[in-house]
Amino acid sequence: MTASKIDVSPAAAELLRSLAAKHGPLMFHQSGGCCDGSSPMCYPVGMFRTGRSDVHLGDLDIAGTDPVPVYMSASQYELWKFTHITIDLVDGRGSGFSVEAPEGKRFLIRSRMLTDAEVTELGIEPRFTLGAQPLLR
Amino acid sequence: MTIAADAPTEAAPSSAPQVYSAPGTEGSVVSYKPRYDHFIGGRYVPPAEGQYFDDISPVTGKPFTEMARGTAKDVDAAVEAGWKAFPAWARTSPAERALMLTRIADRMEANLEAIAVAETWENGKPVRECLAADIPLAIDHFRYFAGALRAQEGGVSEIDHDTVAYHFHEPLGVVGQIIPWNFPILMAVWKLAPALAAGNCIVLKPAEQTPASIHLVLDLIKDLIPAGVLNIVNGFGFEAGAPLASHPRIRKIAFTGETTTGRLIMQYASENLIPVTLELGGKSPNIFFEDVAREHDAFYEKAQEGFSFFALNQGEVCTCPSRALVAKSIYDGFVADGVERIKRIKQGNPLDVSTMIGAQASNDQLEKILSYMDIGKQGGAKLLVGGERAELPGDLAGGYYVQPTIFEGTNDMRIFQEEIFGPVLALTSFDGFDEAISIANDTLYGLGAGVWSRDGSQLYRAGRAIEAGRVWCNTYHQYPAHAAFGGYKQSGIGRENHKMMLDHYQQTKNLLVSYAEGPMGFF
Repeated sequence: MTASKIDVSPAAAELLRSLAAKHGPLMFHQSGGCCDGSSPMCYPVGMFRTGRSDVHLGDLDIAGTDPVPVYMSASQYELWKFTHITIDLVDGRGSGFSVEAPEGKRFLIRSRMLTDAEVTELGIEPRFTLGAQPLLR
Repeated sequence: MTIAADAPTEAAPSSAPQVYSAPGTEGSVVSYKPRYDHFIGGRYVPPAEGQYFDDISPVTGKPFTEMARGTAKDVDAAVEAGWKAFPAWARTSPAERALMLTRIADRMEANLEAIAVAETWENGKPVRECLAADIPLAIDHFRYFAGALRAQEGGVSEIDHDTVAYHFHEPLGVVGQIIPWNFPILMAVWKLAPALAAGNCIVLKPAEQTPASIHLVLDLIKDLIPAGVLNIVNGFGFEAGAPLASHPRIRKIAFTGETTTGRLIMQYASENLIPVTLELGGKSPNIFFEDVAREHDAFYEKAQEGFSFFALNQGEVCTCPSRALVAKSIYDGFVADGVERIKRIKQGNPLDVSTMIGAQASNDQLEKILSYMDIGKQGGAKLLVGGERAELPGDLAGGYYVQPTIFEGTNDMRIFQEEIFGPVLALTSFDGFDEAISIANDTLYGLGAGVWSRDGSQLYRAGRAIEAGRVWCNTYHQYPAHAAFGGYKQSGIGRENHKMMLDHYQQTKNLLVSYAEGPMGFF
């Protein structure tokens, strides 16, 4: 299999290498909601507990460090599963607990739609509807 | 403005300038200090590690002060100071605490203009919002909880003729509060006022994008607050926020932000078995039923304003009505009028009182919004207006400005499902009541919603059918202290505002008393 759902930009990879040297192996969890929502949060492995509600999108292979696993909540993944994401880096300081903020940098997601060939190769099923039933009519 | 506080508060002086001078420059009504340390135990304390970080104004993209960079040692000291102050603070009478809150409100009101200009400089929002909404609401919040506390009663339950259950309110102890950057002062006050009223001591961490304005307020009010009752530790989430949220000696943690950090905070709270309140945002639907356009009258204008409210505060509102659902039968005309209204929004210097949309709060926020505009275009949404970074001249060229933007599309697109936290509207149509509710509820979140109709029955049924904690009916973006605010689904846990907030910061003490003369008869 050559298709992948995730990638990392050279600038983000470079910072991940130096952060891993300082903090040990790292992981990402994609956030939702307000403020710094819709951004990837980077933590030392063991700081954030993943569970049944999460999907493992894959691992970023970065030369000179341990693989960096990338997770997202399953409910959010339903909306993202046709999207290829690249973790990139910009100047800034997210207000979550992400490990890179004190460096004056912020990881950011760049997105593109997966091609039909990639969708087939990755075996992605079409989306179901999240909609709840009206409570009161 | 409809978002103004519902309580009477003095407006800006009539001599107010059209454009305020930047803080610290000649003619300005306010100046920031060159540096802010931590506020611990009633005094300013340098950071244990000796490090500081720049605070950048999004208006210009340039630093204007520097902040202590807190670490676990500073958090430890602040929690310790809180516990030292707690026994005496917990014994104060409700009247004493209410009086302190009232005096804080008075002091802020007397300095409203200075606080408003300072808030704009740090956050980037238009100063008219700070003058008419943020700061008056914060002032009113202190007054509301002063009143709510005085009127709060415990309970007496007669179990039987000889047995009585008394219920008392007691404070929790030292609590942690982590504040967002979109309404730096107002969101701090939403957490501070009920916690102080209830008799708790506080360790507060402001957002690293906007840490200074709360210190500017603190400078005005710190003589009113006993030492150690309110402690503020600045710094980054990873270095100061996580040590606070995971601290074994806090009795509660309150957070406003996003879902991953919300989960991490619950994880820490589970380690310490303490309660949390979380407000984690949403993707709020704003529904316009067919009868809205029956006449082109004042109500139609009101609904059009409601349509435009996604641009309020540059879209950096947890309840931003970022999904508009317009009835198919009125869609073309209503949307055309709405787009024209958006084109008339005045964007520019946030310190100009006529500016309607200012700067995004930070560079990373700007970059994220632009990345979502790219996602919208790639995902097949149709751009109706905006869609680019706004380039402003002169000193503002380095600031973080975005054009108000409308994308037309369908609810399964990512721009309809993810909070962008910018002035970006995802617009779609619906056919009938059931489809409107189905689209509105087809979201992971449930914080806010808007419903617009001339039919009171339809308004009621729609409001009850939407799974969200706050449904504005024929209005939007009003935040009175006496209305509960909080989320369904992934938008969070617990509420803010309303007197019920006192419960969120209180233990219930039950004394179960027997007045019987003799034994129960078991032994």
